Amino acid sequence: MNQLDSPHPQDWPKSLKAETRALSFSYGSRLALKNLSIPVSEYQITALIGPSGCGKSTFLRCFNRMHDLYDGNRYEGEILLYPDSRNILASEVDPIEVRMRVAMVFQKPNPFPKSIYENVAYGLRVRGTTERQVLDEKVEQALRSAALWDEVKDRLPARATSLSGGQQQRLCIARALATDPEMLLLDEPTSALDPMATASIEELLLDLKSRVTILMVTHNMQQAARVSDWTAFMYLGELVEFGLTKQLFTTPSKKQTEDYITGRFG
Amino acid sequence: MSAQSSPHPHASIARRKIAEALFKVLGLCSLAIAVGTLVLLFGALLFEGITRIDWQFLMSYPSRHAAQAGILSAWVGSTLIMLVTAVVGIPLGVAAAIYLEEYARKTWMTELIEVTVTNLAGVPSIIYGLLALGLFVYIMGLGESILVAGLTLALLTLPVVIVTTREAIRAIPVEIREAAYALGATKWQTLTHHVLPYSVAGILTGIILALSRAIGETAPLVTIGALTFIAFLPPAPVTTHPPYLSFDWLLSPFTVMPIQMFGWVSRPGEDFIGNAAAAGVLLVGMTLTMNGVAIYLRYRMRKQVSW
Repeated sequence: MNQLDSPHPQDWPKSLKAETRALSFSYGSRLALKNLSIPVSEYQITALIGPSGCGKSTFLRCFNRMHDLYDGNRYEGEILLYPDSRNILASEVDPIEVRMRVAMVFQKPNPFPKSIYENVAYGLRVRGTTERQVLDEKVEQALRSAALWDEVKDRLPARATSLSGGQQQRLCIARALATDPEMLLLDEPTSALDPMATASIEELLLDLKSRVTILMVTHNMQQAARVSDWTAFMYLGELVEFGLTKQLFTTPSKKQTEDYITGRFG
Repeated sequence: MSAQSSPHPHASIARRKIAEALFKVLGLCSLAIAVGTLVLLFGALLFEGITRIDWQFLMSYPSRHAAQAGILSAWVGSTLIMLVTAVVGIPLGVAAAIYLEEYARKTWMTELIEVTVTNLAGVPSIIYGLLALGLFVYIMGLGESILVAGLTLALLTLPVVIVTTREAIRAIPVEIREAAYALGATKWQTLTHHVLPYSVAGILTGIILALSRAIGETAPLVTIGALTFIAFLPPAPVTTHPPYLSFDWLLSPFTVMPIQMFGWVSRPGEDFIGNAAAAGVLLVGMTLTMNGVAIYLRYRMRKQVSW
């Protein structure tokens, strides 16, 4: 779509799930995102990297209008969600509609203090599903997708907070998947986890991308290199470079990107 | 390097520890004075009053004869007034708190309301009595009744209920709310499915503490015309003929435990002191029971809801 703007037109994703066009965002008077145009490739993993405070989480949270929960936030520009090319930032679009299409997993595992079952079923309950059979089926499906079913199938009524950190995060992924979202947002999903749990989540993401488009923020460059197909490097609210992960990590076109990925700053 | 430090470290340590020892003694004394006074007071009350507490005392009206007098009208009055206070004060307070915390936009108006509500908790209770006398008794013409007493105490408890409810709601981590919103929940769904269920024990604790404060209130009820001598009960709320429910009791005159107690204390002579002490023991018992329930709820909440 926006191929002409790209420095490497051949490196632009072929099939888009979403893209931002001239997206700016401000908290009150502080401009946090400046004129970002970033594509999100369908059924692939797009990673956002950059030093703390560069705006990558802020950018991610625009995709499900999380910023609408707080006063004084302002979006400018567009986020188009395909295939219907709906601008999800438009004022006539209800944030709830957006959140029903775009699910999110947070930095710190945040299960509800309810049972494992109720956690996964919650998105469906919100949508008015009450039929036990449908709920049972969807819960199992989601837990299987999140590679958690075998570990919890015998204790679905147990408290979700009794699970380990890694299990809790996979539960949160299952919870997000239960409603069959079109896109999954992940905000540093492994930053609170140990290396083993991190590895299992990364493996899971690679499995999931055939079914859902993933946009993730990560603080960990190796993680971006390991799991993502596309990477956007952000700095101070601006996009420095976007490209195929392989290319960006081996032959970055900008000096700043090279300095960051080689650990010279950030 | 150590030019500044003492040549005898042990002496220095001992010297510095003196302050610590002194504070320990001081703290222990403060505690002893505070708790000791209370224990002594309650002990004296118990000693004077415990022998007077029996079935006759609970089931008798006030009387000119100390030995025949009882607190039936007082505890029934206190109970009914608490009922009105709870029915009016809890929904109003909780709803106001939810609105302020979850729905109200943060403007100078809401800031002003917040500060005012917090300050209202510190307004002397007799001021509420004066307000109630003017508003409920004279302007609205509700009389010197159980209804007015209940409304007055509801006003009095309102700030406490609002403040504690807001604190309980605010204690729910933002991550939990965001998790619900991110799944497509509306604000109302987030509130009723998560925020309120997880904070209900905290809210209840606040409500009970507010009510246990209200049950001992005397000044505002004297202001609106509580009587010290009532030898009848309000009309029963349940009747034998349709519609079976009666609200006449709301407009009945009343007395309450602390006022009954005050009435006995202020009599000349020694006869009624035992009665007053007995009423005091019962009143303290009621308050402590309510506080006990609040502590238990808090303990249960800590155990059940964790993130």
